[in-house]
Amino acid sequence: MPQKEENIIEMHGITKRFPGVLANENIDFSVSCGEIHALLGENGAGKSTLMNILSGLYKPDEGEIFVRGRRIQIGSPRHAIDSGIGMVHQHFRLVENFSVSQNITLGMSTPRFRLDMTAIEDEVSALSKKYGLQLDPRAEIWQLSVGEQQRVEIVKMLYRGADVLILDEPTAVLTPQEARELFATLDRMKATGRSIIFITHKLDEVMHVADRVTVLRGGRVAETVNKKDVTSRQLASLMVGKEHSAVLPDKDTLQSEPVLTLSDVTAYGDRGTTALDGISLEVRAGEILGVAGVAGNGQRELTEVITGLRRAHSGTISLHEQDITNKTPLEIINSGVSYVPEDRYGTGIAPNLSIVDNIILKSYRSRVTSKGPFIDYDAAKRQAKELVERFQVKTAGIHSEARLLSGGNAQKLLLGREISSDPKLLVAAYPTRGLDIGAAEAIRSILINQRNQGVAILLISEDLDELIRLSDRIAIMFEGKIMGTLNRDEWDIEHIGLLMAGVPDIQDEEALT
Amino acid sequence: MLGTTVTRGKEKAAQGRTWKIRVEKRLEAPAWWNAVVPMISITLALLFGAIFLKMTGYSPIKVYTIMFKDTFGTRYGITETLVKASPLLLSAVGVSIAFRMQLWNIGAEGQIYVGALAASWVALTFTDLPAYIMIPAMMIAAAFAGGLWAFLGSAPRAIWGVNEIITTLMLNYIAIFCVEYFVYGPWRDPLSFLFPLSPVFPKSAWLPCFGNTRIHLGLVFGIVAALAVGLLLSRTKWGYEIRVIGENPDAARYSGMSISRNIILVMLLSGAISGIAGMCEVSGIIHRLQAQVSAGYGYTAIIVAWLAKLHPIGIIIVSFLFGGLLVAGYSVQIYGIPADIATMLQGSLLFFVLGVEALARYRIRIIRSSPEPAHHATPGVARKIT
Repeated sequence: MPQKEENIIEMHGITKRFPGVLANENIDFSVSCGEIHALLGENGAGKSTLMNILSGLYKPDEGEIFVRGRRIQIGSPRHAIDSGIGMVHQHFRLVENFSVSQNITLGMSTPRFRLDMTAIEDEVSALSKKYGLQLDPRAEIWQLSVGEQQRVEIVKMLYRGADVLILDEPTAVLTPQEARELFATLDRMKATGRSIIFITHKLDEVMHVADRVTVLRGGRVAETVNKKDVTSRQLASLMVGKEHSAVLPDKDTLQSEPVLTLSDVTAYGDRGTTALDGISLEVRAGEILGVAGVAGNGQRELTEVITGLRRAHSGTISLHEQDITNKTPLEIINSGVSYVPEDRYGTGIAPNLSIVDNIILKSYRSRVTSKGPFIDYDAAKRQAKELVERFQVKTAGIHSEARLLSGGNAQKLLLGREISSDPKLLVAAYPTRGLDIGAAEAIRSILINQRNQGVAILLISEDLDELIRLSDRIAIMFEGKIMGTLNRDEWDIEHIGLLMAGVPDIQDEEALT
Repeated sequence: MLGTTVTRGKEKAAQGRTWKIRVEKRLEAPAWWNAVVPMISITLALLFGAIFLKMTGYSPIKVYTIMFKDTFGTRYGITETLVKASPLLLSAVGVSIAFRMQLWNIGAEGQIYVGALAASWVALTFTDLPAYIMIPAMMIAAAFAGGLWAFLGSAPRAIWGVNEIITTLMLNYIAIFCVEYFVYGPWRDPLSFLFPLSPVFPKSAWLPCFGNTRIHLGLVFGIVAALAVGLLLSRTKWGYEIRVIGENPDAARYSGMSISRNIILVMLLSGAISGIAGMCEVSGIIHRLQAQVSAGYGYTAIIVAWLAKLHPIGIIIVSFLFGGLLVAGYSVQIYGIPADIATMLQGSLLFFVLGVEALARYRIRIIRSSPEPAHHATPGVARKIT
């Protein structure tokens, strides 16, 4: 096949199979010099697989790869970086108690004997200045924020001479402001002739930074287009295949009674630092209170304090005016609180137990499921069958192990179990994280349904679009505080983004810039 | 998606062909695996033992034949196997229930000793009790003592998170020394010619035996305990909690189970069962307390429980196998072969079972492909080995 001069990367007919899945099917993909190429698609569309092939983690079953017009085989990440391809993964690969410079040189074969750290530190600072990536080369990784760690990964790749930088969902861990800084950096890199492949499922980012967009759907290329020729609406329909949205029916919930009330709650995190710093909020019957914020600002601790899994240091938590502060998890469950935890396989289910055993996790004590000291497994099986049917959980059978469920089905099972106890309050942390669009929509419509039936829902999410679609009100968390609570008619994305980044007021942001 | 695919071994370009050996993780073990793995492991352990025997100048085939014939080929061998299996069975059931909850109770040996001690105290103190009161009283005392001993190991774990492996292990030595204190001191039989033995128990404190064999009621206790624990784990609310905590303590906490409370309760039960094993030894076999109550049954029980994958029926089978191994060890002594060969076989059995199981989670594929670098990655011949 003829190679175009300006294409630094060309991939032809790439196919990759995993047991039971065709992850990539006959994919053609190219990147030209000095362009930002967005790779857009839902979870499971095959974006990461394709890029893992390009960066040497996987080998394609079929297809060929050309770099600067030469056909090569990329056998390992080292091989990839030798060819000028560097990938920044979603989960960073850094050594916590090494310095920035040490991490950057780690694993390199040169220099062979003497490590001149000062010289390396100088180079690192020079590189990071050039691209506007603020970094202290001597700082140790554990001292850095997530955004800074990402910069280390980027500088690491640049230091190793990457001409093509692959970023896997880089903004997932960033505040909107940090994301904007990252985009500025990407523009600077583009200006020096480097190419960037940007994996994302966020349309606004694509419209913001990309020159070209390749949309993947179900492991195939849906289309490759120039950004200036498309609208975000068109991209969305390419990505999903159809336009969809569940709309929250308007309902006046401001008058209804508060179900959950937190006043001035403080709590410590796992490392003994203050994780919740004087939180006050209320969730009313029949409303969804969305909690927005970058993960790690106290959301997990908030859910744990409410459900009794973490001690509140001060303040009070009440449910229907009944004090539940520091009650045991069991007492709180019995008073009508259901909980969809953030880590569904780690906390929400016991992966090696059967689906039946997982479905009775909260109800095994009840009269319906037990007779005296014994569990009534006939009743349990009936419940399991009912729940699997009602929530359309796809499974090999109710006696198969829960770990074999896909993410979406595990979440349906979990959420189904939690709402089958007719809760007064449902605490849901990141309920659609990592799910494909179909499953996420199913989860969302269950939540809306529960809201309409009068359940008070505390919904924590990092997906602003989701919060805006589902919430009656949104509270924004930053560093363990509630920065503000906005009603449906008063919010806009920019405002929420600023609050998420800890800027309390729009005027202040203007003063800063 | 496959987690990691390890590619080991260099590509060898011999005769224009490329060979690759890949070690990859299985997504799921096939169903027949559970039957085949123990077979392979036992064969490997026997081979391993054979190499040792050969090196020390014995004929492995001859030794194995003697071991097999004397154990399973004679009436004495079979009854002795059952005698040795009884304490193994009881204490393996005891430790298995703790293991189910990921509680590493290494203290079965100590729990056997204190169980024996408490049962002996009852037998030597209330000598006039009729058997139908004496035996249950001894059992209760032994269960109580074993439970208490396990509690001493588990309470620090439940309250402060102290590692129970260390505490239960150390308590073993304390228990053994306690028994020694009594048999060398206050309870020494004046007629024992200074041997560390207590007086013989009254007849009412002897566990009934089957016919004229040495097989005592302890065997029945063991089988009943195994079945009861099996029922407990699979059918009851408490058993359900134990399984959930063992699989995922975070999910257990999340669903409102109290982990500390279950640590205490499960260890009480675990210790009580091992305590009864100790009572059966003194009441069924020795009929008195002596310095050595157990031939390391509490430790062997750990191996038994693991080999049986903590499954109650499996524990019954493996206990008989290991009882047989102990008898076989004694029987080869007559021919001048050290009885330790049996102990060594036990050890290598565990080693190979764990090893084969770990390896079974992987499969090896040999990929042969054409000399031209495989841009189409022609799978060529892919052959599965294990």
